Amino acid sequence: MHKRRSVKENYAVFLIPGIVLFAALIVMPFIANIAFSFTRWTGVGEPSWIGLENYIRLLDDDVFWMSFRNILAMIFSMAVVPTVIGLVLAAVLFDYVGRHVGQRSASAFRAIFYLPQVLPIAIAGIVWGWILHPTTGALNTALRGVGLDDLARNWLGDSSIALISVMFVMIWFQLGYPVVIFMAGLQRVDPSIYEAAELDGANWFQRFRHVTVPQIRPEIYVVVLTSTIYALKVFGPIYVLTRGGPANSTNVPSYFAYQNFFERANVGYGASISTILAVIVIVFAIVFLYAQRRSEAKSGLVSS
Amino acid sequence: MRRSTGRVGRRPAARFVVLGLLIVAAAAFFVPFFLVGINAFKSPAEYAVSGPLGLPGQLQIDSIIDFWQRTSFDQKLWNSLVISTTVAVGAVALSLLNAFALGIGRVRGRNWLLVIFLMGNLLPQEALAYPLYYLARAVGVYDTAIPVIVIFIVIHSAFGTYLLTSVLAHFPSEILEAARVDGAGKWRQLVQVVTPISLPTLMVLFVFFFIWTWNEFFLPLIFLASSSNQTVPVALGVLQGQHLTDATTSSAASLLGVLPAIIFFLIFQRTLVRGITAGAVK
Repeated sequence: MHKRRSVKENYAVFLIPGIVLFAALIVMPFIANIAFSFTRWTGVGEPSWIGLENYIRLLDDDVFWMSFRNILAMIFSMAVVPTVIGLVLAAVLFDYVGRHVGQRSASAFRAIFYLPQVLPIAIAGIVWGWILHPTTGALNTALRGVGLDDLARNWLGDSSIALISVMFVMIWFQLGYPVVIFMAGLQRVDPSIYEAAELDGANWFQRFRHVTVPQIRPEIYVVVLTSTIYALKVFGPIYVLTRGGPANSTNVPSYFAYQNFFERANVGYGASISTILAVIVIVFAIVFLYAQRRSEAKSGLVSS
Repeated sequence: MRRSTGRVGRRPAARFVVLGLLIVAAAAFFVPFFLVGINAFKSPAEYAVSGPLGLPGQLQIDSIIDFWQRTSFDQKLWNSLVISTTVAVGAVALSLLNAFALGIGRVRGRNWLLVIFLMGNLLPQEALAYPLYYLARAVGVYDTAIPVIVIFIVIHSAFGTYLLTSVLAHFPSEILEAARVDGAGKWRQLVQVVTPISLPTLMVLFVFFFIWTWNEFFLPLIFLASSSNQTVPVALGVLQGQHLTDATTSSAASLLGVLPAIIFFLIFQRTLVRGITAGAVK
């Protein structure tokens, strides 16, 4: 027993670079960020300790609350909508197009829906910023071209619709991710289950509800978890599309933190925002992974 | 390959409706790429006349060349390439070292370590950015590729460690046993046995780390202040709203930003799909 353990522990040497770098570049900065959140600091000179003042101020900050309302909108458009549409699309592509039209067509459709995902999100933002431009943009030009002038809008510059426009772009950006994962997950499902359901007279929707969705539950968990975390952290598209405007109507916590760090020299305040965001992400991840484990244990499903 | 069940013959109308809807949806999805493609090749004068929806009369690459030169785009491509390649190599190597200890060595406390690594990967970069920025300035590497490279090696390897550990946990122990009998130490086992055999997984990780790093925006935006050090997304993202007032320049910029991503996609499509799946189901 003793001998075996010493053999095992020799492997720990290989962890040294990983742990040292991780401690220096992730753990220490995170702790420092928490420490900064209890200070007032411009980034130069000495930070002054003010305890919980930043957090108390946040509770009263309309922009902060607005940024959290917007993050819910981002979760809706980056996690909820893509997962729901992605489930249907993946099922149609796999169970219908793949079987009745051909695997190649199914793969081609999958590739088109996945294409936005390979773009740097900042580039996707530039493309859409140009399409949605109020005067020279493709969308308004098209609307005016077919006589629907009344529908033309300042899509990103009008505070009443900017958030909706950003949400739309995010759905476009995100949809391919669940489609690819769900289609891959469906390949794991035993085709005889579908055939049995078909023989029993189950229609397409019944098969979708009672075979497809339960069978790829592990994938659904992974997609919802990862895309919700991605939505919580969203920064690039906001920076490129709207810079949080107009009038903070599209501001999100990560951009709000960035503004305080690098534009307003309000490091302590920015640190408190990003600390809260980090805590939310961690709590969310723990709760979700716990729920996933429980559901897997209950249904006897083991992700391969 | 399963055979068609013959329902098609009975329900041809349904088949056309489903296919028709899919084609419309796919076309709508593809429209932004199409628009970028046609408008990047127009002159400003032609854009003014035909608008964003008309097909270009002739392929004019003046806007693209003009934008390329004005932004020293080759410099940005090079910066992106160097940073992404270095990060991908470094992060794969670091993941492999960690996963060798955790997956094959089964070091005590490995589950906790994995959870901590994974949490580090999930953390919003905003919660690390300012201390890292301060540190980079203090050490004198601010506005160089070094902090970006080192930080992304660590962040990405946190995910790589998680994935690779579960792969190496199932590594055939007879092979390692045989190597041990032949007198191979741990280093030789890692370099001559484990690495070659897990090469396919390592390639998937490499491709992922490369593309993730290429697409990164937040930390490069903060660390790469001067134009000559910026990566493609940062350079274009910063330009947006400053100089991209005319539409042909915007679309030329979009095309130059989109093209490398599409090229990677075409080269790595299989690897990408395999990798996303591997990441999803562990």
